[in-house]
Amino acid sequence: MSRLKQLFQEKKNILSIYYTAGYPSLGDTITIAEELERCGADLLEIGFPYSDPVADGPIIQASSKIALDNGMDLKLLFQQLKDLRRTVSIPILLMGYVNPMLQYGVEEFCKSCAEVGVDGCIVPDLPMVEYEELYASVFAQYRLSNIFLVTPQTSPERIQKIDGLSNGFIYLLSSSATTGQNLSISDTTEAYFSRIAHLKLNNPTIIGFGISSKETFDKACQYAGGAIIGSAFVKSLDATDLKGSIQKFMKVFKPEVEQLS
Amino acid sequence: MSYFVNEKGYYGDFGGAYIPEMLYPNVEELRLNYLKIINEEGFQKEFQQLLKDYVGRPSPLYLAKRLSKKYNANIFLKREDLNHTGAHKINNTVGQILLAERLGKRRIIAETGAGQHGVATATVCALRGLECVVYMGEVDIKRQAPNVARMKMLGATVIPATSGSKTLKDATNEAMRDWINNPFDTHYIIGSAVGPHPYPAMVALFQSIISEETKKQLMEQTGSDQPDYVLACVGGGSNALGMFYHFIDDEKVKLIAVEAAGRGVSSGFSAATTTLGKEGVLHGSRSILMQTHDGQVVEPHSVSAGLDYPGIGPQHAHLFKTGRGQYVSITDDESLDAGLLLTQLEGIIPAIESAHALAYLEKMTFSGGENVVVCLSGRGDKDMDTYMKHFNF
Repeated sequence: MSRLKQLFQEKKNILSIYYTAGYPSLGDTITIAEELERCGADLLEIGFPYSDPVADGPIIQASSKIALDNGMDLKLLFQQLKDLRRTVSIPILLMGYVNPMLQYGVEEFCKSCAEVGVDGCIVPDLPMVEYEELYASVFAQYRLSNIFLVTPQTSPERIQKIDGLSNGFIYLLSSSATTGQNLSISDTTEAYFSRIAHLKLNNPTIIGFGISSKETFDKACQYAGGAIIGSAFVKSLDATDLKGSIQKFMKVFKPEVEQLS
Repeated sequence: MSYFVNEKGYYGDFGGAYIPEMLYPNVEELRLNYLKIINEEGFQKEFQQLLKDYVGRPSPLYLAKRLSKKYNANIFLKREDLNHTGAHKINNTVGQILLAERLGKRRIIAETGAGQHGVATATVCALRGLECVVYMGEVDIKRQAPNVARMKMLGATVIPATSGSKTLKDATNEAMRDWINNPFDTHYIIGSAVGPHPYPAMVALFQSIISEETKKQLMEQTGSDQPDYVLACVGGGSNALGMFYHFIDDEKVKLIAVEAAGRGVSSGFSAATTTLGKEGVLHGSRSILMQTHDGQVVEPHSVSAGLDYPGIGPQHAHLFKTGRGQYVSITDDESLDAGLLLTQLEGIIPAIESAHALAYLEKMTFSGGENVVVCLSGRGDKDMDTYMKHFNF
């Protein structure tokens, strides 16, 4: 069974953390992954930076720029992840934009993911049609999950289609927004979440974009298998005390995990 | 070979709609409706009326006699600079504002480089009483101050884009982010023939009036609607596609697209996309863009803010790859010299963008009888600061 499938079968209230590879320092990628797992993260999304991240708000734009200035690229990222599975066992997704992936080569990208033990990816600007026609078979060949986004404006027919193409989970956006804004769960958001729940999708769901506090995390978990925190985590990282800042952040969400230092 | 968009939104290998899910409903709404709305009788009537009485169309096709004598060919200038607001950009904004109204949108956003598209958008928003927000790179705000003031006077909110190179590319990113965050009431008027399908096709269609008129005017003036050459400058490429549109399928007409070489194609300060770029995805479509080995977008340079863009529209990428169009480039200095030359030979101060197209005449050789049309896409008022500094006026 895949690591992702197993996670969703065994756990509720899944806490997924996003961070940008190469930020705050070029060599932090593995350190952050290890520390997050130790502090109770269930799933990781490692962002590969892009110069023009249109779906992202200021925090992830800034971390992406610093990561690029530090010298991060996909080739280096896969080198850094070479021994990933010696120390990190939770599922890992790569998240980024389509152009760096195209330049690396989609097949090569999938192959590299499989070699280092990455479980799937999230590419917000890769359209469903192009994925289905050009890349779905390559993803399947390397047993990678492609995670699709769904917003409150996505039609039920389109959600069903996305469900059919997904093999891991579906990423529910709390609202149509760029990353890093505070989620306020209104009646309409709740109606949207329960509408999704009633569709009886084959894939589990995780809620993301706008989750920044324990309250919003708990609320999101009422409607989905878990939630994703990105900007709030990236913002909390302190280069001068990287592990300390991760422990401090994670303690809020996973107070039950014993914090060793 | 088709040079136009297919039912999937592609021009050969280029095009498509590479957008995050958040933008899908808006772009899909547009894709499903734009042709239907544009072809409605009521739309056409209102559109043609505005083009005539408000924009001032048809724009003249002017045989520039002294320029013709210098280059030993019949040089015709398609005078888009005489349009209301001073450039071709208004052809598209008039069309898109009528479309936005029919889609029930009340808030308009736009990106702008030189400010011409921002002004053209702010103008039609004032005309129709719609809220207008224009994103403009911080660098461009400084070098195009008169246009910023015009937009503000027209009632638009101008928001500086402070990321990246702080120019057109970054303004486009910010406009896309705005649209993601305002999914219901907002229409994004893209000013160039770039972006996800159907934008490149829609913008080209609205600009196609340029070549439609040119054909008629050439027939009247020369007895043939078939010129030997058609030239236009290319940033994203909207004036060029408008100028090429009705000539594209007539392979006897040579299409020349002039990109901005900046300080020179090898200088590291250039916007010559077809020379320096590779295939990839930028701003929602598969096209050709300037990028690093890792697919990061390279920051372009041109003295002309309207050409300071690291990509070209997908139809241009297709015309380039198939060889239907000839893609060349002109440096900052060459364009400024061409601007001065036109001013002193014909009494027309061109936008520095358009001066790039004029500058290429210098590199062509003619035998005397050729008919050449150059799209004079905009006037140079906004560029006086740059001209003054360069020539010490």
